[in-house]
Amino acid sequence: MAGIVGYGVHVPRYRIKVEEIAKVWNDDPESIKKGLNITEKSVPGIDEDAATIAVEAARRAVDHSGINANEIGALYVGSESHPYAVKPTSTIVSQAIRTGHKLTAADLEFACKAGTAGIQMCAGLVDSKMIKYGMAIGSDTSQGRPSDALEYTASAGGGAFIIGSDKSEQIAEILKTTSYTSDTPDFWRREGAAFPSHGGRFTGEPAYFKHITNATKQLFEMTGFKASDFNYAVFHQPNGKFPIVVSKALGFEEKQIKDGLLTPVIGNTYSGASMLGLAAVLDIAKPNEKILLTSFGSGAGSDSFAIEVKDKIDEKRGKLTKVSDIINTRKIYIDYSTYLKNRGGIKKR
Amino acid sequence: MEKASASAWRKFNARYNMIGNVCKTCNTKYFPPRIVCKNCGRNTKMEEYQFSGKGEIFSFTKIHVPSEAFKESAPYVIGVIKLEEGPMIEGHIVDSGKEPQIGAKVKQVFRRMYTDGEEGLITYHFKFELI
Repeated sequence: MAGIVGYGVHVPRYRIKVEEIAKVWNDDPESIKKGLNITEKSVPGIDEDAATIAVEAARRAVDHSGINANEIGALYVGSESHPYAVKPTSTIVSQAIRTGHKLTAADLEFACKAGTAGIQMCAGLVDSKMIKYGMAIGSDTSQGRPSDALEYTASAGGGAFIIGSDKSEQIAEILKTTSYTSDTPDFWRREGAAFPSHGGRFTGEPAYFKHITNATKQLFEMTGFKASDFNYAVFHQPNGKFPIVVSKALGFEEKQIKDGLLTPVIGNTYSGASMLGLAAVLDIAKPNEKILLTSFGSGAGSDSFAIEVKDKIDEKRGKLTKVSDIINTRKIYIDYSTYLKNRGGIKKR
Repeated sequence: MEKASASAWRKFNARYNMIGNVCKTCNTKYFPPRIVCKNCGRNTKMEEYQFSGKGEIFSFTKIHVPSEAFKESAPYVIGVIKLEEGPMIEGHIVDSGKEPQIGAKVKQVFRRMYTDGEEGLITYHFKFELI
């Protein structure tokens, strides 16, 4: 079946600490840090958006894979913060990585899971031999209304995965994928609205937990695998707490999820979150190890994947820019006013 | 501020990917690309050339009083970059948690350059980041 030929990520250097946001809204930072299991989040620079993040991640993915970008036949960018309402981010990325023009491309939106939906679309296209390689990107500069709980988590980052069917090139094979989808009004942003709205507690049980649990159980039934068969598990991470809770309920231990849990230090990168978590695990995974990935997008749906790491992963590590190198190198801490400026939150008229 | 989408579109290869050209007669590399080689004149044989995007800072300055287009970015750093392949070009040096210095190594990154108001095109362009 289809597999991962290469991957790359990008996270902006800017960070804002929970304490800095809490100070503005008279919240108790310790309570927020404990409740959400988060210490700081990434913030885009004033010249960064979902397209620039997607391009940086895509370029690293091409470098890592060793393929000619001209052979990419499909390019999907999942985001809920595409810079244009009409004009694709995917065409900007294709121009910036020089895919050539014999290509199908589209922008996807499914809250936080549009990136993994892109992986599924690429997998279908490469398995049916319609294309040689497909690239799926999840990239966001997510929005959180000032003083809303989301402001502590909504961050920026992205991941790009190149999918191909030639097993000799794969660093990891997608053994099986399945999805669970329902019409659930847990989180939304209307056309033209600057910030999303959400259903408070409703975002938990009937949305995140129900969809992740059902998609993962579907995958278990389809594959015969159980939680203990996986070396690593990555779940969508809107905060640092939900993935820990859902993983325990599904029978996973903390050691299986800790390497793919990045939200406590970079926040929720929305469409980038599951992709970044998977990349962080691939950075350290060994051949024959198994990875479970289950994303979640509000609205709502989950895509679940059983992935097996292949020998090629060690050979390609020399060309890899690791997630840890990107998120830990030369972080720039900013205050709340700079954060607002970078996020376009200061209206001059 | 650039409002014409056609003129921006013609420059995408250079602005996104640092694609210049090389005169195959004398092997001189140009960025931005030129139509005629300054050495070879009529004997110019230009071909597309992909620059590595790497170089070093030849000189730089910090802009505190910007034009209207870059008002929100100020203060920002503009540098003269000597590319690995030879040409010297001007470019923005992004904030990367390191102070720029003459001779410091840089690489290209992909960023927004400016936006044409609330409804116009967004112009993307290479900038430089300290390695």
